[in-house]
Amino acid sequence: MDGGSTIAITSDSDIIVARELGRRVGRELDFSLTDLTIIATVISELARNIIIFAKHGDMIIETIRHGKKVGIVITAVDKGPGIPDIFLAMQDGYSTGKGLGLGLPGVRRLMDEFEIFSETGKGTRVSVKKWLM
Amino acid sequence: MEVPILKQSDYLIATIQAALTDEDLLKLHYALVEQVGKHRSRGVIIDVTALDIMDSFATRTLRSLVHMVKLRGADTVICGIQPEVAFTMVQLGLTLEGISTALDLEEGLALLTTSNNKKRKI
Repeated sequence: MDGGSTIAITSDSDIIVARELGRRVGRELDFSLTDLTIIATVISELARNIIIFAKHGDMIIETIRHGKKVGIVITAVDKGPGIPDIFLAMQDGYSTGKGLGLGLPGVRRLMDEFEIFSETGKGTRVSVKKWLM
Repeated sequence: MEVPILKQSDYLIATIQAALTDEDLLKLHYALVEQVGKHRSRGVIIDVTALDIMDSFATRTLRSLVHMVKLRGADTVICGIQPEVAFTMVQLGLTLEGISTALDLEEGLALLTTSNNKKRKI
């Protein structure tokens, strides 16, 4: 991985800064307009979860190379309350009323790879990847 | 960046011109609900052509805005959702069910005018 940037997320205006950086990194990699919109939206969702649940944290945006494949990695890290039930958090909440409404199932659908680590009282780390096809 | 609200005959037109912070979006919310009464508007158009994303917060805020404006007696049309924004919203599971949408400002105005004329006949 290279070209990583970290943005401290402490207020809602930082969400826009993170989104614009994600777009810029994505554009340099030559992602399509649809993919750039997906990348910006995913950053927005993850950064907003930080603000709402942990008050502050970091968004890390990196490029990744794996053989001939190139992609973008977006990681959201916080030291907030953590997610007690990740299974519940991964249920679709918007339409069914199930789940926690964190937007994580949607984020997983939009990206190619999705990883989450969370420990109650210690924090949450969500890392997602999108490969350039 | 605050969103300008223009009054055009019976309608209010709010054109979002750049990425909005959550606070800007909430300000627009309150301004519209208030101005609908002040100008005795029958309809509101929110033009989101310049919005490069619609995340869950923006969708939720717009949805509640439309319902509040409705309670104040006016209809809202959201116009200008870009194709890639629409694609991402659907994948994310975000919907604007029960809310009028239009391709662009022109179509939005036409939609409001038609529904208003129907109401007057009744």
